[in-house]
Amino acid sequence: MAQASVKPIPILKDELDIVIPTIRNLDFLEMWRPFFEQYHLIIVQDGDPSKIIKVPQGFDYELYNRNDINRILGPKSSCISFKDSACRCFGYMVSKKKYIYTIDDDCFVAKDPSGKSINALEQHIKNLLSPSTPFFFNTLYDPYTEGADFVRGYPFSLREGAPTAVSHGLWLNIPDYDAPTQLVKPRERNTRYVDAVLTIPKGTLFPMCGMNLGFNRELIGPAMYFGLMGDGQPIGRYDDMWAGWCVKVICDHLGYGVKTGLPYIWHSKASNPFVNLKKEYNGIFWQEEAIPFFQSVILPKECTNVQKCYIELSKQVKEKLGKVDPYFNKLADAMVTWIEAWDELNPSGANSDKLPNGPTK
Amino acid sequence: MSHSIKDDEVDIVIAALHSDLTSLLNEWRPVFSRFHIIIVMDPDLKEDLEIPEGFNVDVFTKSDIDRVVGSSSTIFSGYSCRYFGFLVSRKKYIVSIDDDCMPAKDNQGFIVDIVAQHIANLTTPATPFFFNTLYDPFRKGADFVRGYPFSLRTGVTCALSCGLWLNLADYDAPTQALKGGQRNSRYVDAVLTVPARAMMPVSGINIAFNRELVGPALFPAFRLAKEGKLRWETVEDIWSGMCAKVICDHLGLGVKSGLPYVWRTERGNAIDSLKKEWEGVKLMEEVVPFFESVRFNRASVKAEDCVVEMAKQVKEQLGQSDPVFTRAADAMVEWVRLWKAVGTSSAVPEG
Repeated sequence: MAQASVKPIPILKDELDIVIPTIRNLDFLEMWRPFFEQYHLIIVQDGDPSKIIKVPQGFDYELYNRNDINRILGPKSSCISFKDSACRCFGYMVSKKKYIYTIDDDCFVAKDPSGKSINALEQHIKNLLSPSTPFFFNTLYDPYTEGADFVRGYPFSLREGAPTAVSHGLWLNIPDYDAPTQLVKPRERNTRYVDAVLTIPKGTLFPMCGMNLGFNRELIGPAMYFGLMGDGQPIGRYDDMWAGWCVKVICDHLGYGVKTGLPYIWHSKASNPFVNLKKEYNGIFWQEEAIPFFQSVILPKECTNVQKCYIELSKQVKEKLGKVDPYFNKLADAMVTWIEAWDELNPSGANSDKLPNGPTK
Repeated sequence: MSHSIKDDEVDIVIAALHSDLTSLLNEWRPVFSRFHIIIVMDPDLKEDLEIPEGFNVDVFTKSDIDRVVGSSSTIFSGYSCRYFGFLVSRKKYIVSIDDDCMPAKDNQGFIVDIVAQHIANLTTPATPFFFNTLYDPFRKGADFVRGYPFSLRTGVTCALSCGLWLNLADYDAPTQALKGGQRNSRYVDAVLTVPARAMMPVSGINIAFNRELVGPALFPAFRLAKEGKLRWETVEDIWSGMCAKVICDHLGLGVKSGLPYVWRTERGNAIDSLKKEWEGVKLMEEVVPFFESVRFNRASVKAEDCVVEMAKQVKEQLGQSDPVFTRAADAMVEWVRLWKAVGTSSAVPEG
């Protein structure tokens, strides 16, 4: 049965990087200071590299702009999106840590129903350090949480669970709706605090939002490629979705779990729905093809690690989705480039050298 | 999205394992008094039933059961007596709770109207093919999130609504024995669809279902040798629920879990139960691979056909390992026969 968690949650300050994509400023970090100050930040600056992004005093960080990305990856930098927050996945690649937490720059600290400020990072760590239960649904949600457990009828042989690869958090205030829904319900706000974490069952896909996301980089990092979006691409706002479908299929294959639910952050900015509609337009149609594709993907048992799974996936994307639009051929190639770049930057047994504060030299 | 419940579409079914239901029904009066209530007495109960005035209630006793089912081999003792209530009901929806469940309060302090919530769950679509991270998109203040395929947003009919329990949660005996003081105080304000192909433990303590669609798929079949009068001495509902889930998956029907909550009162001693009954917990281990691999004929488009198909596979694949499975398979077949003879036959779900 589940262990009662009475031990304090480890901070993991030397094992976790916070990756933040930004194009404007990092003022939001002031509010997060009590919770983020102990951690190393990786800032991925999108857009104009000549702009100086000020990082609030006292944070330990490394910052990469487009020039850095091009310099570090050379021709392989083509797989990293420009003018889209998808560029954040560059941060995953250069990190040397075991865990990543990524958050958008319009996400602030939320309060729980008792009025207490929510330490989102602490909850993500809790989620990632405790097992998932993808093989059998527990009706009382996360059985490893204090005050809960496995219910009657839950097979004992499945109570050890599976390693958790992803912790998907949620958002109060502006919900993560698509453009059509935003247009129809411009005033809807998410005010419902659902006090639960749960594992998404094996074999089920979900829309993974990158606004408030934690993951075990050692377990699933190479699958967290956020695709080709933004400038010069026919699609936007599907970066995290694409990563989520790939990640879930690979997690299901390798026996890892994906959790969703707590923690909540406060999402403050509603992006322009008309701009969003243009970005999402192709995605709305293409996802109708992509979803059945991902639902029927079979990864051969020779795919024993994430990179092998991901390369195999890229082959199947080319084969089956290439005919939907040439974009998918480009994307499949970019998926391969991403893995090549990942392996180059992360050879097995690499040291985790601490980088000095500031932009990379 | 609210749905006005037609009172004559709902039956409340309660298995009486205790004779004095006065405080139970009085507590539920604000919620239950509009509806027709079927109380089925555990045939083993010796005392007379005590119920308060002012309810539209039909009580069925051992002699009623014997009269209606005749020489059927179906065992209606203990918690299984409620299935008799499902059998004789003529309503579209059934809401069933154990007789030790009282109304709960939500986070705002309001009494939970379990009938309204269960009916809302059953009359709004379920979304089993893709997980919505904001839970039930049909609840007020929620919707489908970005990335949810549009073609899947119409959803499917929800056939089963599984509620939860505050205070004494539905734990098995080993868990409750080890965590003697643990009480569930977490009110999780969500309803969600349990995805297709996911297995789950469907507890009989607080459920509701569309009787026309899945009535035959909830049955008394899996009886432990030392099955007792406390929930943690049984797994009959777990077995039935796992069958019902794969049947719903096959028929393209949805199963929701979450709200509403009931307040489950203290009863019994988990350690005593543990000494008495361990078999059920062991047997559940064997059935997981079976449920993962159950397949149905495309021609099985009604719940009763699926039950018969399942029974055959249970006998063939699980019968060897323990006679309880063979008996369960036979009981499932007998249940369908009884359902067809006494109950009303189920509808074909809309395609």
